[in-house]
Amino acid sequence: MDKNLLAQLVFYCFAAVTVGSAAVVVFSKSIIRSAFALLFTFFGVAALYAYAGADFLAATQMVIYVGGILVLLLFGVMLTHKIYNLQLKSETFQFIPTLVVALAVFVALAVCMMRTHWFNGGPTPAVPTTASIGELLMKDYILPFEVASILLLIALIGAAMIVRRGSE
Amino acid sequence: MIGLGHYLIVSAALFSLGIMCVLTRKNAVNVLMGIELILNSANLNLVAFSRYSAGNLNGQVFAIFIIVVAAAEAAIGLAIVLSMYRIVKSVNLDQADTLKG
Repeated sequence: MDKNLLAQLVFYCFAAVTVGSAAVVVFSKSIIRSAFALLFTFFGVAALYAYAGADFLAATQMVIYVGGILVLLLFGVMLTHKIYNLQLKSETFQFIPTLVVALAVFVALAVCMMRTHWFNGGPTPAVPTTASIGELLMKDYILPFEVASILLLIALIGAAMIVRRGSE
Repeated sequence: MIGLGHYLIVSAALFSLGIMCVLTRKNAVNVLMGIELILNSANLNLVAFSRYSAGNLNGQVFAIFIIVVAAAEAAIGLAIVLSMYRIVKSVNLDQADTLKG
């Protein structure tokens, strides 16, 4: 029983870190602060993945989001602002209407999710998932896997081309 | 015990924060951050359902594909933002009012 309580406490800590830092991303005035708060959001989501038994996905989240996308976003911030501009403020507009809309979306989603009777087979035992995911990707999902690799190639070439064409 | 509902509430909160970020921010890089929040919330749902409802790993494989698409989206989005910065000297989205490059 005590162990159960501890597990719940850990989940609530991770959830609080995730949602709290996401709130900082949204409400912070400084873009740099937003970007670094996003780091904690990604960490929190990775911890929640690990809590749900998705160990491979947690590692993937760390490598791709924290190591890749976040660095890319930081590059975006640095390259589009003058470095000596210490303010780096991001203006907001239509704040109050959007707050109402976002709250309405949250309440609607939460009510729907609570009222629906999801099929709940109970949590599956947490076993290492890497080998099974690799098998699924190579057997059942081989076509989407190849399409995803082509998509990444196209994105790579496209990104290089878009940036280069601007400089000519 | 932590159940499916807890994950769904966290993901709903992330989703509405992401919507808020996309709708209020003027800075294009900040809008991209909001899109990442939304994609993360969808991923969290997929992982939770894969654990509690489906009992197999298909949801996690879907989440991996979402991560792939998110990486491609971030790369292309930032390329467009940089190219826009070069042309209009600003990343405020309300100043991007022309399609001509």
